[in-house]
Amino acid sequence: MIKEYRTIQEVTGPLMLVKNVTNVAYDELGEVELPSGERRRCKVLEVNGSDVLVQLFESSAGINLAGSKVRFLGHGIELGVSMDMLGRVFDGMGRPKDGGPEILPDERRNINGTPMNPASRNYPDEFIQTGISTIDGLNTLVRGQKLPIFSGSGLPHAQLAAQIARQAKVLRADAKFAVVFAAIGITFEEADFFISDFKRTGAIDRTVLFINLANDPAIERISTPRMALTAAEYLAFEKDMHVLVILTDITNYAEALREVSAARKEVPGRRGYPGYLYTDLATMYERAGRNLDSSGSITMIPILSMPEDDKTHPIPDLTGYITEGQIILSRELYRKNILPPVDVLPSLSRLKDKGIGVGKTREDHAGTMNQLFAAYARGKEAKELMTILGEAALSDIDKLYAKFSDEFEKQYVSQGYDENRSIEETLDLGWKLLSILPKSELKRIKPELIEKYLPEEKKQ
Amino acid sequence: MANGKIIKVSGPLIVAEGLSHANMFDVVRVGQDKLIGEIIEMRGDRASIQVYEETAGIGYGDEVITTGAPLSVELAPGLIENIYDGIQRPLEKIREIAGSNINRGIDVKSVDREREWEFTPSVKVGDKVVSGDIIGTVPETVIVEHRVMVPHGISGEVCEINSGKYKVEDIICKIKTDAGEIKEVSMLQKWPVRVGRPYKEKMPPDVPMITGQRVIDTMFPIAKGGAAAVPGPFGSGKTVVQHQLAKWSDVDIVVYIGCGERGNEMTDVLREFPELRDPKTGESLMKRTVLIANTSDMPVAAREASIYTGITIAEYYRDMGYDVAVIADSTSRWAEALREMSGRLEEMPGEEGYPAYLSSRLAQFYERAGRIYAVCGGERRGSLTAIGAVSPPGGDISEPVAQATLRIVKVFWGLDSSLAYRRHFPAINWLNSYSLYLDRLSGWFDENVSREFMRNRSEAMNLLQLEAELQEIVKLVGIDALSNDDRMTLEAAQIVREDFLQQNAFSDTDSYTPLAKQARLMQLILRYYELGKGAIANGAELRDVFEMSAREKLGRAKDVSNETFMKDYDEIEALMESEIAKLSSKEVQ
Repeated sequence: MIKEYRTIQEVTGPLMLVKNVTNVAYDELGEVELPSGERRRCKVLEVNGSDVLVQLFESSAGINLAGSKVRFLGHGIELGVSMDMLGRVFDGMGRPKDGGPEILPDERRNINGTPMNPASRNYPDEFIQTGISTIDGLNTLVRGQKLPIFSGSGLPHAQLAAQIARQAKVLRADAKFAVVFAAIGITFEEADFFISDFKRTGAIDRTVLFINLANDPAIERISTPRMALTAAEYLAFEKDMHVLVILTDITNYAEALREVSAARKEVPGRRGYPGYLYTDLATMYERAGRNLDSSGSITMIPILSMPEDDKTHPIPDLTGYITEGQIILSRELYRKNILPPVDVLPSLSRLKDKGIGVGKTREDHAGTMNQLFAAYARGKEAKELMTILGEAALSDIDKLYAKFSDEFEKQYVSQGYDENRSIEETLDLGWKLLSILPKSELKRIKPELIEKYLPEEKKQ
Repeated sequence: MANGKIIKVSGPLIVAEGLSHANMFDVVRVGQDKLIGEIIEMRGDRASIQVYEETAGIGYGDEVITTGAPLSVELAPGLIENIYDGIQRPLEKIREIAGSNINRGIDVKSVDREREWEFTPSVKVGDKVVSGDIIGTVPETVIVEHRVMVPHGISGEVCEINSGKYKVEDIICKIKTDAGEIKEVSMLQKWPVRVGRPYKEKMPPDVPMITGQRVIDTMFPIAKGGAAAVPGPFGSGKTVVQHQLAKWSDVDIVVYIGCGERGNEMTDVLREFPELRDPKTGESLMKRTVLIANTSDMPVAAREASIYTGITIAEYYRDMGYDVAVIADSTSRWAEALREMSGRLEEMPGEEGYPAYLSSRLAQFYERAGRIYAVCGGERRGSLTAIGAVSPPGGDISEPVAQATLRIVKVFWGLDSSLAYRRHFPAINWLNSYSLYLDRLSGWFDENVSREFMRNRSEAMNLLQLEAELQEIVKLVGIDALSNDDRMTLEAAQIVREDFLQQNAFSDTDSYTPLAKQARLMQLILRYYELGKGAIANGAELRDVFEMSAREKLGRAKDVSNETFMKDYDEIEALMESEIAKLSSKEVQ
């Protein structure tokens, strides 16, 4: 017997206080019925005696304190999952949005998930070829990794994410592949870009979309990524699929979280974000991975736009502490029309070392990767010096490094959104660029590999 | 005894009334699922309780039962090679019960009750024993001998002692106290985590903990029993540094606490350590390691406890007379857990929302490190070295956690993101890092490595300092403005940076460098500097000095095998001398 309460005491922003309830538990899902008969969902944030503080998932417009009823459903917020979700579009709360029928769920899952036991995780070490040199060669993505894209307003992160979704494949393996896409407070155009790209490539049949657009209720955004991850977990760990999850844009998510926190009058942390932002983000990001009990995996690419391109802003900062690296886009490269504008030096994939080398990519991968990084860093420094003091101030070797860095950006980084390079092509291109430098400078590569791979004309 | 009743639930904090009989910091069981919690505040008969598990589904009126005991860890054979969560529940066992994800309310014993251990007594009937005395040993792993000690508070005469195979709860010894009471002793002890285990006396630390990491051992060494902090922004390689320390430190036991960090990092340790060999014993590294994992998606309250769980286990092994290292990654997450609980308790916030007691809590943790004489009848020494990572927001160490940590620790390995971008790893900035143990340790280095070791170290540091100054000039006026002598200095400093300080954790030969090799390599580099300067003073061309083949060999010197390095380095030195001699004779002609 589900009780109905007409005791809504106050509504402020996304929060609502309900008096004199019994048997209501923390984190329980509730339903508000408006006088018009419309139903909206909410969840319990705090139980205090017989009062409960609930958070609405939709707008509070039209809620009448006297005329509205609240019911508590006895369970947390859930998503019904099944294989039929593939190819479908849902709203931010998991309701079909494409005009299709309701999903007949195989099971219903709490969208908060449960923490994965570190003892049953399987370490991600399978190389994913994205066809993008700056990722494959230098910041290698592996299955089960969470690798965010740090971008800024006006930078082409969507194109890059779509390119990864389109081109990503695991060498020497054929497995079931799916994409789960969560649009969190992005514009219609941006969402449409992804949807039409998925349609164009036929990937749409293998994709589950959760769409919360900029004009949808902000508060729904707190659930949207969790809906997507619940679907992804089902596909990956129940149905053994390899799932790529794209979450865009995390900044909007964090802002929704801040809104709730501010409404609750919590002590704010940095920039007004709640002190638990780290924990909250972690409970989402950590749902990526592989485990020992199934052959599926969740690889996650969250996208976030850094306010003012500031990497130390709390959202990118905390994200960077949780995720296994980051791909950073650079406005400077974008202006130079180097596409995709991946800023190689501060980008990082923490899991690359286990995913490359003999049997995975090629024996020379680690050495050339380190050498390219070091050479590009030195080249950039030389170029900086050059702008201050003029070219004459550089030593001969630094001039070569400066040339290297130009060519590196032009050939290696700037490949456009349609070129799909195999890992061999990427590695060979690396060698070609390294041959600009004298052989004695290649200290990070084993001599026998230099003998084997350095283009012939440079060997003497 | 009456049970408490919940009146408020707010995330991991619950408030229950009717608990006037409970003690502060008692462990309680909450609700139907019997979630584990701890009382952290009492007001009248109302107790605020932090719950170590997810509280969804808990509501008004649910029951709270106190266990009457504070949060404790179980200490017995079987800890090593295990992976525990923040409140010492074995994660492998949880996996057997609950599968891949951690469900709530799982009740498993920390130490396996069924496993039998071969107990060999080291006392006999009639012996007098006091607290902390070893009554026998158990081979816990091939390299760790577990020394069973008389529990604290018991002393008297041994009136029964057994030998053979026993489970941890079996009675192995009976002790008749002076009052005539018979105390039964098993291999299992409990200890409250928030109370440091007692010791007889602390000693100043004067033996270095050798880590095989060149920048640490040679430049900024840490003493056994010392405390160190590794602050750095994300991506600067904190975790790799921590893993390297856990792998190669010359201690007997390593307790690795993954506190609010990535799940995959714990998995990495769990999968990789069994494969790696300890350079000292040749056995698998896992055979000396205890893992505590509270990953960032696990409940936040248990994060606060995980640090104490880890260090209490470490103290237990220290008391047996071992050198123990506690590696905590990351103390910032622990501090954030404190902040979250403090916020929910509606305490007055201090700096950046952290509670005012943040720095005293941090100090309490690091002060549990030290080199000590253990409590026992005879003389037994042990040490506990604490190393904590700090993850300051934006990499800015002016924030409260980093600042509070720096006031306590004696060693600071500051990681620098600009070094990391250049792929200079470990990205420990040599200009702002420090070790306050240098003076204390110099005696040890003089005696055990060589008299030159400390001198070479300071010469290398000078070189790096000089380089930083020269770089300023180069940035202003260009490299051509420098004298040849200065250019030689820059070249030598570059060698120190690239071929000594840089160390590849993922290369088999380079991951661990024995101290003797470090000393010899440094000597070799400084020798090149000295010879090069001499040659240049005699009019040799810079280019000739920079491009001689000994210079290139020097650049690869760190990669030679740890077995044959003496011979290889002697060869490089001989080559260097002959090439320099050739340069000088060329000038004479």
